[in-house]
Amino acid sequence: MEALLHQILSGLATGGIYASLALALVMIYQTTHLVNFAQGELATCSAYVAWSLIDAGVPYWMAFVLTIAISFAVGVVVERVAIRPVAHGSVLTVVIVFIGLMLLLNSLCGWIFSYTIKTVPSPFPAQPLFGNTYVTTHEVGVIGVTSVVVLVLYAFFRYTRTGLALRGVAANAESSRLVGIPVERMLGLGWGMAAAVGAVAGMMVAPLVFLDPNMMSGVLLYAFAAALLGGIDSPGGAVLGGFLVGVLENVLGAYVIGTELKLTIALLLIVGVLVIRPSGLFGKVVVARV
Amino acid sequence: MHKPWSLVAIPLAVAAVFIVSCSRSGKEDNSAARGSDPAANAEIKIGQTMPYSGPASAYGTIGKLQTAFFKKINREGGINGRKVNFMSIDDAYSPPKAVEQVRKLVEEDGVLLVFQPLGTPSNTAIHKYLNGKKIPQLFTASGASVWNDPANFPWTMGFNANYQMEARVYAKHILQTRPSAKIAVLYQNDDYGKDYLKGLKDGLGDNAKLIVAEATYEVSDPTVDSQIATLKGSGADTFVNVTTPKFAAQAIRRAFDIGWKPGHYVNNVSASVGSVLTPAGLEKAEGLMTVAYYKDPTDPQWSEDAGMKEWREFMAKEYPEGNLSDGTNMYAYLAARTLVQVLEQCGREVTSENVMKQAANLKDFAPAQLLPGIKMNTSPNDYLLFEQMRLARFNGKTWVAFGDVLTAAK
Amino acid sequence: MMPVASLHAVNASRDRLLRPPLALALALLFACALPFTISNYQVFQATLVIIQAIALLGLNLLTGYNGQVSLGHGAFSAIGAYTAAILMDRLGVPYWLTVPAAGTVCFGAGFLFGLPALRLEGTHLALATFALGVSMPQILKYKRVEHWTGGVQGITLQKPDAPWGLPLAPDQWLYFFCLAVMLLLFACAWNFLRSHSGRAIVAIREQPIAASSVGIDVPMYKTLTFGVSAMYTGIAGALGAVAVQFVSPDSFSVFLSISLLVGIVVGGLSSISGAIYGAIFIQFVPKLAGDISKAAPGAIYGMVLIASVYLLPTGIAGGFKTLAQHLLVRVLRSSRQHRRNHA
Repeated sequence: MEALLHQILSGLATGGIYASLALALVMIYQTTHLVNFAQGELATCSAYVAWSLIDAGVPYWMAFVLTIAISFAVGVVVERVAIRPVAHGSVLTVVIVFIGLMLLLNSLCGWIFSYTIKTVPSPFPAQPLFGNTYVTTHEVGVIGVTSVVVLVLYAFFRYTRTGLALRGVAANAESSRLVGIPVERMLGLGWGMAAAVGAVAGMMVAPLVFLDPNMMSGVLLYAFAAALLGGIDSPGGAVLGGFLVGVLENVLGAYVIGTELKLTIALLLIVGVLVIRPSGLFGKVVVARV
Repeated sequence: MHKPWSLVAIPLAVAAVFIVSCSRSGKEDNSAARGSDPAANAEIKIGQTMPYSGPASAYGTIGKLQTAFFKKINREGGINGRKVNFMSIDDAYSPPKAVEQVRKLVEEDGVLLVFQPLGTPSNTAIHKYLNGKKIPQLFTASGASVWNDPANFPWTMGFNANYQMEARVYAKHILQTRPSAKIAVLYQNDDYGKDYLKGLKDGLGDNAKLIVAEATYEVSDPTVDSQIATLKGSGADTFVNVTTPKFAAQAIRRAFDIGWKPGHYVNNVSASVGSVLTPAGLEKAEGLMTVAYYKDPTDPQWSEDAGMKEWREFMAKEYPEGNLSDGTNMYAYLAARTLVQVLEQCGREVTSENVMKQAANLKDFAPAQLLPGIKMNTSPNDYLLFEQMRLARFNGKTWVAFGDVLTAAK
Repeated sequence: MMPVASLHAVNASRDRLLRPPLALALALLFACALPFTISNYQVFQATLVIIQAIALLGLNLLTGYNGQVSLGHGAFSAIGAYTAAILMDRLGVPYWLTVPAAGTVCFGAGFLFGLPALRLEGTHLALATFALGVSMPQILKYKRVEHWTGGVQGITLQKPDAPWGLPLAPDQWLYFFCLAVMLLLFACAWNFLRSHSGRAIVAIREQPIAASSVGIDVPMYKTLTFGVSAMYTGIAGALGAVAVQFVSPDSFSVFLSISLLVGIVVGGLSSISGAIYGAIFIQFVPKLAGDISKAAPGAIYGMVLIASVYLLPTGIAGGFKTLAQHLLVRVLRSSRQHRRNHA
């Protein structure tokens, strides 16, 4: 029983990692209806920015805010420079640009920062909560920070005019333009916000798994699966999806099929769920029109 | 109406790309001219494949360091008066790419030998080809046991201390110090991890049932936390940790955090003080055991050591972009020095045959970067460079060797 | 996934360009003369290009023509390669027989995978195929199948010699063997795409609901396309195993799948000749990037990728077409001028 509890808690902690990146994926999807394969690499770059700032002596929270600001700017620039020129072509063309970005950023990080692992400090105390030996304070902190981000995003999309405009652009760019929404600016904003959410993910994940150029490449697939499982149009769903994937993977690996095939079986289950419920567990059902 | 253009365009385009990409050399196979060149001052051509891109690009630093190393050798007059032409090319850690690149090196560039191709899969892919062509596959950067098979593959020799041998040393130590141990193993789900596991089981022999839990991870896994929880749950009191640096650091930290304090053996791959134990937390790493054969550049006990100073000076002058806390850079330096030793032993007769003959004739070669007492020895029947290792324990600051220099029984 | 479609809607006319006997004869002459003018290593590289082209055509049938995105086609390549390797190594089957065998096995695998894929569209299908691509190496390493697949060590194969005492080096013979397979498969694809079925799969990409309302059996065609596509890629995998003489789980990482997708987009979606251009691109460009910079080859390759889709949004094949039309207009204009001057 104790072991099971351990697996579940540790699954929630890993789930927090998936959830935080899944949120960034949802953010891009909300504005562009695309899944950005370079999102993981962007988050890794943000973590390197944070590491450099902290290494240079900037206090943690100032570095935190600065990193988010820098990442936002980078997101806007990437959209303007790399995505917009091909945005009117085929979807696959944009996917190729994502792949190109992913290779480019990964390789640049390795070149600039080398491949040895780096330690990014945690903003949370090193002592475990109430002296428990199951989860560290940082892991609880990750879940807390992710929940805050979800609430902020939910409120933003639900209650602000800008959030509504962003959703409008994703649903139908042409109609949005006709009602006076500055579509280009919205797209830039969407990318910037996704990069900022990704930056939070990067800074939360790095203390857990150590920072190296491939930190997020493994996480991306899980985050992608989590986002779809929860419903890619719903931030809350994506986060629940993340926790679900984390726990599912741990419990399957520890008790059912062993560690060798746990990823394969977890993915099989997720795809199985999507076959039965294409809109995800918490997503909206969309009816197609001719 | 637009037929004529497309007619020409397709074959032309294909032709153009081929001509561009193939124009570098003519039709003839250069391999005939290899080695036996009578001009005593002709350059020595050495080829290498390295994962500069792709999933294993962390190891690309080996090729970069060695490129810098041979540049330095050339500046200082070469080896026995001959310049070295070192061609290190990318194989992206993909076996088909490695085959393609090695064929280029052998057939187009006419290299004398292929030095330190990296990774078991890539080396397996070119194993048969190079032995068929009688080109030395020298000092493979892989610790698999298959590279020591002079009877069947006389042209292939490994460099790393063999994984299986290292694991047998741990097995021996476990049996000596805690004969009723309950052993848990965490290993990477690939050739490297499985080789260690095999060595451990062989070393335990009839006591292999002492292994009470095994868990694997994939390099794409974000963490190994779940595996550590499983292993702790098995009630094991001994932990053999066969992981690469990032996962080793995670495992060491996690085991400590959840209050699991087994007798903990970490494989040599991840014994670096600077790039594994420091990130994990030095206090969490106290009591760890490993075997070692070369000096860890981040271990404070070697800070005034002559071998270390030589290496550090090289790094500062020739390869300043290299990372000083990355043990891989020490490994790459050692391998390059060993190759130079072999080529120096060749004297004026730099042929493929003589290279293998001299590589199989290393006698007590001990560069100052090896631990005291460790020497490289090879013979025509035994290609294993390192047969001696030392167990060491981490005292919270530095590795302290204990026990004798061990010679692993084969 | 729709906007591509309109650009390529009139592909039938484009593919007809390949038909004129003169063009084919020229290309064929070039292809046959090639292995006698270059070194064995270059013949081997050309063989790899041919093999990649077959794999790309397979993916293009599915993604370009039928609009189903696959981020995991490397998995079918792996199935084909392992089918060939196991048949040759464990059962002693001759190499040429493994090609139809791999094709059959992969057709079955693709067809079966296509069934659940029917319920998945867009990003969901991308995830499912991505998952397939990521899982394949793990499945190949799994200890229950290790006996057949050789586990992490893989399987080493023998290179076939030229039969009937032909005076060809093994590399040259393999080149011609692969070339013959490619010509056969390309001809089949060309016929298939011009047939009723070919028009049906393009119609499904354009307007699935409209297609089904005019009586096209959408599920049947979609799964069939999945099967055929996997068959092409699987045959390429088998040929690749024979040419490289080695298979291992690491040969089929998810990078392979990504590189196939890059190949069809850069070569030209919904274009038969695009498969050849794409194959040349993914064969040579990463290597050139590695020659330019050892520090960050991925950065160079990534930039080239972004630049190429930016400059040639319809791929290399599309670029050639635009260029040809441009030149044609000029020629026509000048000849009209010419006539006018004479008059």
